Amino acid sequence: MNDALSQRIWQRRLMLTLLLAPALLWLFALIVLPHIDLALLSFRARSAPRHYQPSLSQYDTFFTEPLYWQIFVRTALLSALATVLTLLIAFPIAWVITKVAQGRASTLLFMVCLIPFWVSETVRTLGWLILLRQSGVLPALLVSLGITAQPVELLYHNATILTGLVYTSLLFMVVPLIGSLESLDNSLIEAAYDLGASGPAILRKIVVPHAAPGITAGCIVVFMLTLGNYLTPTLLGGKNSQWFTELIYTQFIVRFNWEQGAAFGFLLLALSTSMVALGLRVSGQRFVDVMRRS
Amino acid sequence: MSTPDLSVHSLVKRFADHSAVEDLSFSVERGSFFSILGPSGCGKTTLLRMIAGFIAPDGGDIHIGGRSMQGVAPNRRPVNMVFQQLALFPMMSVGENVEFGLARRGIGKADRRRRSDAMLERVGLAGAAYKRVDELSGGQRQRVAIARSLVLEPTLLLLDEPLGALDLKLREHMKIELKQLQAAFGTTFVYITHDQSEALVLSDHVAVMNHGRFEQRGTPQELYYEPATAFVAGFVGANNRIAGQLTGGDRELAELTTSDGWRVRARKSAAMRVNDLVEAFVRPEVASIERDEARLPASHTRHAGRVRSLLFDGANSAVLLTEEASHFEFRVALPQTGQFADLKVGERVFFSFDPQRAICFAAPIPGAPQA
Repeated sequence: MNDALSQRIWQRRLMLTLLLAPALLWLFALIVLPHIDLALLSFRARSAPRHYQPSLSQYDTFFTEPLYWQIFVRTALLSALATVLTLLIAFPIAWVITKVAQGRASTLLFMVCLIPFWVSETVRTLGWLILLRQSGVLPALLVSLGITAQPVELLYHNATILTGLVYTSLLFMVVPLIGSLESLDNSLIEAAYDLGASGPAILRKIVVPHAAPGITAGCIVVFMLTLGNYLTPTLLGGKNSQWFTELIYTQFIVRFNWEQGAAFGFLLLALSTSMVALGLRVSGQRFVDVMRRS
Repeated sequence: MSTPDLSVHSLVKRFADHSAVEDLSFSVERGSFFSILGPSGCGKTTLLRMIAGFIAPDGGDIHIGGRSMQGVAPNRRPVNMVFQQLALFPMMSVGENVEFGLARRGIGKADRRRRSDAMLERVGLAGAAYKRVDELSGGQRQRVAIARSLVLEPTLLLLDEPLGALDLKLREHMKIELKQLQAAFGTTFVYITHDQSEALVLSDHVAVMNHGRFEQRGTPQELYYEPATAFVAGFVGANNRIAGQLTGGDRELAELTTSDGWRVRARKSAAMRVNDLVEAFVRPEVASIERDEARLPASHTRHAGRVRSLLFDGANSAVLLTEEASHFEFRVALPQTGQFADLKVGERVFFSFDPQRAICFAAPIPGAPQA
């Protein structure tokens, strides 16, 4: 009897291990191991051909070379700005989908948000190029409307990168917002209205506090995606506005300086981690609650 | 006479496929407890939401405290509502919930706190201000919802079936508590419900609503003893409904015969002619039951029946009989004496009722909307 019981427990454990094995293997082999290796790489310097010694010189280079840390700060600031813009644009969209549109209209609106994402990001970004380049659709339109005399170059500005980043990130903000707004009982809004609250007061006191986990989740996801984005800033920003991921690429692929590239990679990781921690602290959210929403 | 707290003038609301409120006019006296009773879909929620301002009427006007509410938004009306699911704000403490409306009026923090504490004390929740909403029991939440509204001293408090979500025992308790609260505050309450017992127990006046109209307005006693329409007779309280054709009688009493040939007599509610289709209503407590036919009053028509099932429910116990010849099902309340405690299913008994206490209406026209 006891033996049978212990055997069953043993079987259950084996089952659980087998089921978890692929995920654990993936986590370990593709995330933990490479990161350990990259960490080791970033903390060494080549003293002679095929000869390395522990060193902080990769990190030292980052702080002493203004170009590097300036691009780093710019990337962080633009990502934060893109996140805020995405939130401001996504919130009304999510509100309309959950609270204004009814039934089929609501599903249809969500599909409209989703469908562009069926196309690969590369193709969508190339679409922006067609629209915005000097000989493109939008500059030609501006000329024909008499707003500008000559076709203007709309690519390779910070604003262009922001537009592209917001567009790419929109869905990742809309989805958690829909989740948190859907669970908001309409009668709470009516009750607040009934008790004398104005529209802005309802938003501040009822809607935002309720949607806070969704807002935080969306912001974290969008910020991380934006910070780590390579394609959009490269194609839309060109050489005028470098993104930090481009520096990493250059170090690894062009310069073949893996040590410097690894150090940059870890700096980016430190940045995103600390920004997420800061965001959670500022919004007073718990990580567990937020992750449940995203 | 003072101006009524609520008066409604020819109010109309139509939706795409039906009219929810059909040319309704009524007024509610200051300080009274007014209930609107009706089945679901009768338009009572639409009516309440129009009074609160969430729905704009298609026609007519609503005056609250003597002032027209045309174009006045819900947050500017001297009306507050207790929602069906209460709609307490889960992101706030009990105290913050009660202070919410005061804060929106720009009242200072200290004053707000003082008023909210005083209100919580009046509803028996002193010291609960710092509790979270989900720490409260169903009955306590109910009281917070009422306190949150009453602290604003509204002219009118609207209640949208607030007891519906509670279990039976608590509902019975909250009925008494609501009535006492209303008496203590003296605020005019407008209460909507589909539960006739809630309406009868709580209200000074009840309006029975059906298909966007009031079938009857009156005190609970009037509705129960003097129903104006067949719908009211069938909806308020338990009633035996006997449908048939008028086959005789005099100016006062109607004699009707059911399709299976059972003959009963009931007081006419209006003038009727022989062969009219009619419906008689007999309350279970109006009929008497005896094992010995001779003990029933000689002046009443005596009917024989068999016990079909026993419906024991303490003081509300009844027995379901089938009339011997027509097999018509008839419910009779059992007397409190315990005299029929040993009644068996299938037993032959006799029953009768005073035709003056039974009431006969013209049958609703076939095809006309029925509840």
